[in-house]
Amino acid sequence: MTAVQRYDQDIIVRLIPAGSRVLDLGCGNGDLLLKLKRGGMKDVRGVEINDRCIAACVRKGLTVFQGDIDEGLSDYDNGSFDYIILNQTLQVVHKPTLVINEMLRVGNRAIVSFPNFGHFKIRWHLLSKGQMPKADFLPRDWYDTPNIHLSTISDFEVFCRMRHIMIERLIGLRSCETGKTAKHFQNLLSQVGIFVIKSKREI
Amino acid sequence: MHDVEVLPRTRHYTFDALELDCGRTLSPVTIAYETYGQLNAAKDNAILLLHALSGSAHAGFSNDNGEHGWWEDFIGPGRALDTDRYFVICSNVLGGCSGSTGPGSVDPTTGSSYGLSFPVITVGDMVRAQKHLVAHLGVETLMGVIGGSLGGMQALQWAVDYPNVVQSVVVLAAAKRLSAQAIAFNEVGRQAIISDPHWCNGDYYGRTPPDAGLALARMIGHITYLSEESMHEKFGRARKRANGYYYSFSEDFEVESYLHHKGSKFVERFDANSYLYITKAMDYFDLPDLSSIKAKLLIISFSSDWLFPPVQQRALVRSLRKRNKDVTYCEVQSWRGHDAFLLEVEPLTELIPGFLDNVSR
Repeated sequence: MTAVQRYDQDIIVRLIPAGSRVLDLGCGNGDLLLKLKRGGMKDVRGVEINDRCIAACVRKGLTVFQGDIDEGLSDYDNGSFDYIILNQTLQVVHKPTLVINEMLRVGNRAIVSFPNFGHFKIRWHLLSKGQMPKADFLPRDWYDTPNIHLSTISDFEVFCRMRHIMIERLIGLRSCETGKTAKHFQNLLSQVGIFVIKSKREI
Repeated sequence: MHDVEVLPRTRHYTFDALELDCGRTLSPVTIAYETYGQLNAAKDNAILLLHALSGSAHAGFSNDNGEHGWWEDFIGPGRALDTDRYFVICSNVLGGCSGSTGPGSVDPTTGSSYGLSFPVITVGDMVRAQKHLVAHLGVETLMGVIGGSLGGMQALQWAVDYPNVVQSVVVLAAAKRLSAQAIAFNEVGRQAIISDPHWCNGDYYGRTPPDAGLALARMIGHITYLSEESMHEKFGRARKRANGYYYSFSEDFEVESYLHHKGSKFVERFDANSYLYITKAMDYFDLPDLSSIKAKLLIISFSSDWLFPPVQQRALVRSLRKRNKDVTYCEVQSWRGHDAFLLEVEPLTELIPGFLDNVSR
């Protein structure tokens, strides 16, 4: 679990130019925020719903806001951040469309990552066993998972196309352990998809 | 100057004059205060703690008389305000009745108590008086200013008025202004005092004080400090008489008994006129311009607080964020209502030290 987080986080940190203003939605215990802060970002903030995570962030000296991202980002002005991050959180939000729209309103760019349900192990699990797929990167049973909006890399591409959202970059993280990325067949080979997206309308 | 003391003692500092927001000058001014821990050589470990409406300078440790401090569980070695590391100052507010100059003090020009001739004071005035005290103690920088309710308002006022002195602020269960509902409760409390025949237009010193009115004001206050859930938890419909009612207007229910007890205890230690003046200062408090703030802020609300509901703290956070202030917000889940800021030791002890740790870095 920590290995997954760490590679995601390292890739995300590298995607963001130093000096950026960054907001991390569902920032958890603040590990990514801390890396961003140390990576020379100008202004690093987080939103998190869980009390204990908030306390952990405060101990790290991070600036965080306790709130529910499903309620939108009405507290934030348009374009008040350069990057808004939603790292491994899209699959647990109740209103993915609202959350993505809000991210693109408040941030100039958004970075969205999620476990890819199109991975070949997932496909094979369903095909061979006829049961809700599980894998090392999606280990929970169907009745015991917080994931309510699982999707594939391809699903998210369609989602963006339909909403006039520009995909600036897609990184398919192939292995959680090694941090290797997939150059081709990303929807088949990636355990995690990391998207950098931007609103087309703004341009 | 600051010797190691096992038991804290309330001290007093008197200075010449204080110009007030109302235009008048108060002279002289005495501020009662206590300190815990030691000011270090660099003088960069001072924390100012600010009390709520009915508090006093006695915040930490039980004193000689066995009186508990109002934030006792938060102050001491290893606690939220670690006295092995920090020098904690707590003073009684201007207008109060626990040693600081207030309406019950003697006016040197007349030789009798001020009563209603005491000028109407503001939270800004309270803070300016505290600034005199802090300077007297040799403190030029406050690494933290912390308070709940009225104390939180003062903490915000400190951050606005003295941006180069205050490095960080912790605001608990407070807002940048009082809501109409909270002003309404304050006014009912004041009217309870004013309509007591013993009040005599505030001129009751040396005679029977308006205890009934003040007790009633406190009872109303206590309802607003609790939550529906905490009242249910504490009392439910528990009765004084186990098997039935009294069929009279005596205390049938435990909740009635509790409020009466709180009211009668309060009049032993509080002055009715101070209640009028301090609640007025709360009503007037309004900080439309937060732009001067340089301090790092931690704003904490409590989920069941309906006197200063979380929505108000979020509004405060929003206006701070619009000004690009370094503000962290946390809503502590608690069923204890407004009083949670005095009672939720565990979550606050998890948040506050971690926040203070990162202030000077």
